[in-house]
Amino acid sequence: MTTGVSMTAGVTPKPRPAGLLARAFGKLRRLALMTVLLCIWEYVSLRVLDSTSRTLLPPPTLIFTAAWELISSGELFRHARDSLKRELVAFVWASISIPIGIAMGWFRIVDEQLDAIMEMLRPIPPLAWIPLSILWFGIGDEQNQFIIFLGIFFPILLNTINGVKGIEPNLIRAARCLGASEFQILWRIVVKAALPQIVTGIRIGLGVGWMALVAAELVGANSGLGFLINDARTVLRTDYIIVGMASIGFIGLLLDQIIRQLGRRLLPWSRGMDR
Amino acid sequence: MSHLSVENVSKIYPGHNADDEPVLALDDVSFRVEDHEFCSVLGHSGCGKTTLLTMMAGFEHPSMGRILVDDKPVGKPTWQRSVVFQDYALFPWMTVHDNISFGLEMKGLPAVDREEIIRRHIELVGLDGFENRYPHQLSGGMKQRVSIARALAVDPKVLLMDEPFAALDAQNRALMQEEMGRLLANADPVLRKTMVLVTHSIDEAILLSDRIIVLTRRPGRVKANIEVRLPRPRDEDSPDFAKLKKKIRGLIHDEFEHDI
Repeated sequence: MTTGVSMTAGVTPKPRPAGLLARAFGKLRRLALMTVLLCIWEYVSLRVLDSTSRTLLPPPTLIFTAAWELISSGELFRHARDSLKRELVAFVWASISIPIGIAMGWFRIVDEQLDAIMEMLRPIPPLAWIPLSILWFGIGDEQNQFIIFLGIFFPILLNTINGVKGIEPNLIRAARCLGASEFQILWRIVVKAALPQIVTGIRIGLGVGWMALVAAELVGANSGLGFLINDARTVLRTDYIIVGMASIGFIGLLLDQIIRQLGRRLLPWSRGMDR
Repeated sequence: MSHLSVENVSKIYPGHNADDEPVLALDDVSFRVEDHEFCSVLGHSGCGKTTLLTMMAGFEHPSMGRILVDDKPVGKPTWQRSVVFQDYALFPWMTVHDNISFGLEMKGLPAVDREEIIRRHIELVGLDGFENRYPHQLSGGMKQRVSIARALAVDPKVLLMDEPFAALDAQNRALMQEEMGRLLANADPVLRKTMVLVTHSIDEAILLSDRIIVLTRRPGRVKANIEVRLPRPRDEDSPDFAKLKKKIRGLIHDEFEHDI
């Protein structure tokens, strides 16, 4: 037996071990331009702009102070929590798109009936629903969740359908000739094989939903990060606006990383699939 | 103990477009594979040999004629005719162990019996120690071993193999052919099945088969039905092997000239 050959694949040769200091320096070097830009920003804001314009572009040091204020008072946390809660509730509702997508990908009749409806609704941006949704739900959580729901729903749906339709036909055949029933094929083969793509859909969906969330909160909420930055605008707190924007970006990135890591942890085999 | 017979099987595919001519893939193919016989279907690519295997498995059905296993017409796919695919078709989310276990679970075997069968088949294909690997962690040759073990484990009446070694590199292919030959020579009656192998390799066919069906080029017809009586394990360098190889190559070459 020549097993044992080719088992070392995947072990990439490590680059020559550099000293700790050299590595830290390498990391720091990437931040050089950013540091320079921040310094220029600070200088321009403090020395070049007059006090009126400075209100519109506060220096980084003041922004950090504002960030500390918002964090220590718990205000930032409260808004972030409200936003995340809306995103989560909307996601729970939107995950109905997974069974719908599987049904559309697998059963022709379901696809035939639903495809036209979905294709009609899909191109409408979630934000275009804001006016109607305010009339339907008023201002508050439900309206926000509805907009986010729309943002999350379609990416998951489309990816699930693609995942199901893209299954290697021989996998289905293999399962058939090993004695699997139609139900077992659907449950044990189709759903499993589509999982990596479903996870991709969830990642994209949460991203789109997060964008929609901020927009929805801008116009129809009394809390949340979108509300925070819009509210800060009315009192000309540009520093709060910028802190809010940065938080929105940071949390969006964090969400994406969490799903990515979860996917890797739960589907260790999937790297073998996305060739 | 199962035999398989192909009786006057033709397969016609409708053209891609409505006004295309229908394509005749197989034309009146008949042969019989006896109990425990290893039969190769040999032919150029596009001669319909894979189509024939697909119909034996029950994934498709003949346009005319019929295929019988133990005198009963082939219906839907079942574990009684398990298939080894060229691209392995292993379930990527299952470990080696779980891939082999799948068919046994579908048969409703209790876990205790399953484990024993799985262990035996992992040993048979020489994958001890790799039970918990996922397919993407295996080489092509090892994947095909898993696929063979998975197909054998359900204890089919007939084992169908569609160019199982074609995707492997030359070295691995030779190794797998040799091992398959040894497996057949050992002839443990419990493990020995009626087998059909589709291939375009003359060497592979002679190395493994009791019977070789040579198909013509499009549409596939039976050009020759050759019984191979060489002793096992077979020696590629023996004069008898070379003689048979020359004969078959002549048959196939003949076919090629026709075409030009």
